[in-house]
Amino acid sequence: MSAKEAISELIKALGKENVLSEREDLITYSYDATAVVPHQEPDVVVMPTKTEDVVEVVKIANRYKMPIYPRGSGTNLSGGAIPVKKGIVLSTQKMNKILELDTDNLVATVQPGVIIQDLNDEATKHGLMYPPDPGTVTTATMGGSVSECSGGLRGLKYGVTKHYIMGMELVLASGEVIKWGGKTVKNVSGYDLTALFTGAEGTLGIITKLLVKLIPAPETRKSLLAVFDDLDKAGNAISDIIRHKVIPATLEIMDKVTIGTVENFTHAGLPIDAEAVLLIEVDGYKEVVEREAPIVEKVCRDNGAVDIRVAQTDEERDLIWFARRNALPSLAQVKPALVLEDATVPRSKIPNVIKEIRKIAEKYNLMIGTYGHAGDGNLHPTIVIDPRDEDEVQRMHQAVDEIFHAAIALEGTLSGEHGIGIGKVRYLPLEFGEAGVDTIRRIKEALDPNYILNPGKMVIREE
Amino acid sequence: MSIYTSLGSVSEYVINCTKCGNCQAVCPIFKETLHEVGVARGKISLVEYLLDGKMEMTDGMADRFSLCTTCMACVANCPNAVPSDKIILAARAEAVRKRGMHPIKKVIFKTLKLQRLFDFGMKTGSKFQGLAMKRIEGKHYGARLRFDVGLGKDKVFPNLAAKPFRSQYPTVVKVANPKKRVGFFTGCMINYFYTDMGKAVVDVLTANDVEVIIPPEQGCCGIPASVNGDVASAKALAKRNLKAFEAMGAEALIVSCSSGGTAWKHVYSELLEDEPEFKALADKWAAKTYDINEFLIKVVPFNKEALGPVNRKVTYHDPCHLNRGQGINKEPREILRSIPGVELQEMKDPGRCCGMAGSFSIVHPDLSDKIADKKIADIAGTKTDTVATSCPACRLQLNSGLVNAGLNKDVLHTVQILAESYAQGKKNNSH
Ligand SMILES: Cc1cc2nc3c(=O)[nH]c(=O)nc-3n(C[C@H](O)[C@H](O)[C@H](O)COP(=O)(O)OP(=O)(O)OC[C@H]3O[C@@H](n4cnc5c(N)ncnc54)[C@H](O)[C@@H]3O)c2cc1C
Ligand code: SF4
Ligand code: SF4
Repeated sequence: MSAKEAISELIKALGKENVLSEREDLITYSYDATAVVPHQEPDVVVMPTKTEDVVEVVKIANRYKMPIYPRGSGTNLSGGAIPVKKGIVLSTQKMNKILELDTDNLVATVQPGVIIQDLNDEATKHGLMYPPDPGTVTTATMGGSVSECSGGLRGLKYGVTKHYIMGMELVLASGEVIKWGGKTVKNVSGYDLTALFTGAEGTLGIITKLLVKLIPAPETRKSLLAVFDDLDKAGNAISDIIRHKVIPATLEIMDKVTIGTVENFTHAGLPIDAEAVLLIEVDGYKEVVEREAPIVEKVCRDNGAVDIRVAQTDEERDLIWFARRNALPSLAQVKPALVLEDATVPRSKIPNVIKEIRKIAEKYNLMIGTYGHAGDGNLHPTIVIDPRDEDEVQRMHQAVDEIFHAAIALEGTLSGEHGIGIGKVRYLPLEFGEAGVDTIRRIKEALDPNYILNPGKMVIREE
Repeated sequence: MSIYTSLGSVSEYVINCTKCGNCQAVCPIFKETLHEVGVARGKISLVEYLLDGKMEMTDGMADRFSLCTTCMACVANCPNAVPSDKIILAARAEAVRKRGMHPIKKVIFKTLKLQRLFDFGMKTGSKFQGLAMKRIEGKHYGARLRFDVGLGKDKVFPNLAAKPFRSQYPTVVKVANPKKRVGFFTGCMINYFYTDMGKAVVDVLTANDVEVIIPPEQGCCGIPASVNGDVASAKALAKRNLKAFEAMGAEALIVSCSSGGTAWKHVYSELLEDEPEFKALADKWAAKTYDINEFLIKVVPFNKEALGPVNRKVTYHDPCHLNRGQGINKEPREILRSIPGVELQEMKDPGRCCGMAGSFSIVHPDLSDKIADKKIADIAGTKTDTVATSCPACRLQLNSGLVNAGLNKDVLHTVQILAESYAQGKKNNSH
């Protein structure tokens, strides 16, 4: 039984237009957005348009013992969509319909290939929103971001993807279809499989339908930028804002390296001699925003901010977030590649982890810009490298290793939002020990005994 | 070493692609096919394989590289400033070097067929129009091809001019007290189809005391050849045009189509990089080439006193190579806004590609139509009676799409509306 036969069965089941098997196409499914990981061409790419197609693919895959790699837009940063052991890439991009927007129950039902922003555009028409907003909101799919449990800029106040998933339909490794959860706010029937499959990185089942929660969109918002000449002061300000019972929608930090790089490339007017800047936005009803913004401003000042800029107009607001949005692109201009980590610590430990990262950067002679979601402790130490420089790549790996250890030592986690995928698998014991890793493995094997779904990710098969 | 002569010239660009996938958000091809190879990231990965020697150029690859309208939307949206359009053009030139004229032999073949049809039409005049094309009832909407030359039967073509534009005018159109003497590069579409557009350019320039030189030896801009990797033909055309304008001399060169502007401003210098004499000439003319909108705002500010009212509700479509290619998007709007009676209403995403992309629509007619459908829907969402744009190719595509959608709207170059306004102003003054 060869891959060739499998391909012709797939064509028979899905139609020629939904199967790609020429090498010129396969090459383009050999990667995702993850830097410095090996790429691998699959044997075939399928583009199902409905749940029944997915079932057919799983059945054929089982017959031919070919692994399946679910794939949304291939923008994840942990190698999750790379077909490491060849086989079938299952692209959900043609399953891109918003099936229902139920404004009475505030629930949207979507296919997995819907782009997050498309759902938001639809929700906006009804004065609603779907809050999870990863940097890839205009490209990432619902299925992919649910499978990574993506976060975003608004995580502090609005939570992350898992807080919005009410139910789903899945195709299991056996080819069976299950539905879990639903439109009700309360639901305790059975184990919470919806939670299990959220963030499962395509290793337990293929999501074919999602029910997600929508919330009313905030009426207004206010942004400000606070400049600090000392990291600890910035750190104290972060915790102090929360202590004052204000939960900003967004509370971001950029360190000195990032500030300098962004300013160099964008000339947005950032203070290049600052140790850190905080970028903060409060949102909600007008009255609430008018009460909260001055509190945030005062707390920053009391904690020693040397300068505070409150956006008075839309243009000024845009300039603040323009600077933040340009953190990654600006760092990307420094060298050809960048490794974007997402080690996360309790928010009170932000200054400590930034200092640790600085030490590591010096030790390995690397440029690391650190910025990210300070409010929820999720930082993005970004290492810029030239992948052609083998020595630098080596030093980068060592630095990443130490960053993980530092995050865990500070009671944090390996990954706040980018997932485990290929790269971080071997660090899992660090976070929850061998017994923890074994628990994951037993769950995997209960649902997918033959490792047919996204092998090589999250769980390593014991030989 | 230019992108037209060596694939290696783009390796520094290629390595800057981090595969972030941001280009998926804006690529018109990808939005239709949903195939990764449609998007810049996919084509760049093929180029990586070529550069690393992991795969040879195949006909299949060449086909994939043809999947691009060169709209530059990906370039504008790329956090790493990767010039994907250049990478793709370099790959097409490489395909021609390695595989001969495939995949563009299709294009060449079809264009030739079409050209013969047009030449024949030129000779037989209106009789031919009836023979080959079915006139569309209504206003000045043009005609549909009666038989399929591979363009899809649905594309509505403008009527062939009874007499080409350049034959209608003297080489120098004089004015009493010239402020400036400029050359006018007409391009093929204005010459053969949209003579009304050419006339508007001349009318507006002369109304502003600018003398217009129209060298009869000028020809095709060469972009259809260069974007398909036919570098030899593109070079020959570049030289022909440079010589034609150099011989006439002029203080500036005016273009009113976005391919022409791209050719004169950017492409000729790149194409002729290894021929110092012509390169110098190309650079010289690049520096004094202006899109007509640009010229009327920046060089010779157009006379607003003489404008008469034009009652039109207008929405403006940004041609890719004028907007992202030359950074011109405010100027046409400024012109439209200053015309009394014109009401400008923006459509959703005015900068999204219309799907024409010159020969792209010949190679991929179905895809081209699908891309157009999105544009037409955006236009239909406005309450307007006129679509303005600044490129004859976009005009053709938009008009065809509107006719097929049963929408009754004029599609005009901004300068045509300006010319109407001057004409009206004159009429009012003479009363
Ligand atoms: C520039 C940039 C910025 C980013 N910013 C953020 C950010 O701010 N916050 C954040 O959290 N993340 C961020 N990310 C990473 C983020 O994880 C992805 O953007 C997104 O979640 C992945 O969506 P996708 O559709 O591309 O999924 P893919 O990359 O295609 O897939 C992701 C994983 O989900 C699995 N999968 C996909 N579809 C299904 C399905 N239907 N069923 C089961 N499994 C499936 C895949 O197998 C894979 O393991 C960023 C990435 C980039 C490149
Ligand atoms: S947006 Fe730019 S860097 Fe990102 S994948 Fe596309 S071409 Fe590459
Ligand atoms: S230039 Fe336009 S069509 Fe070509 S890859 Fe980029 S976005 Fe797509």
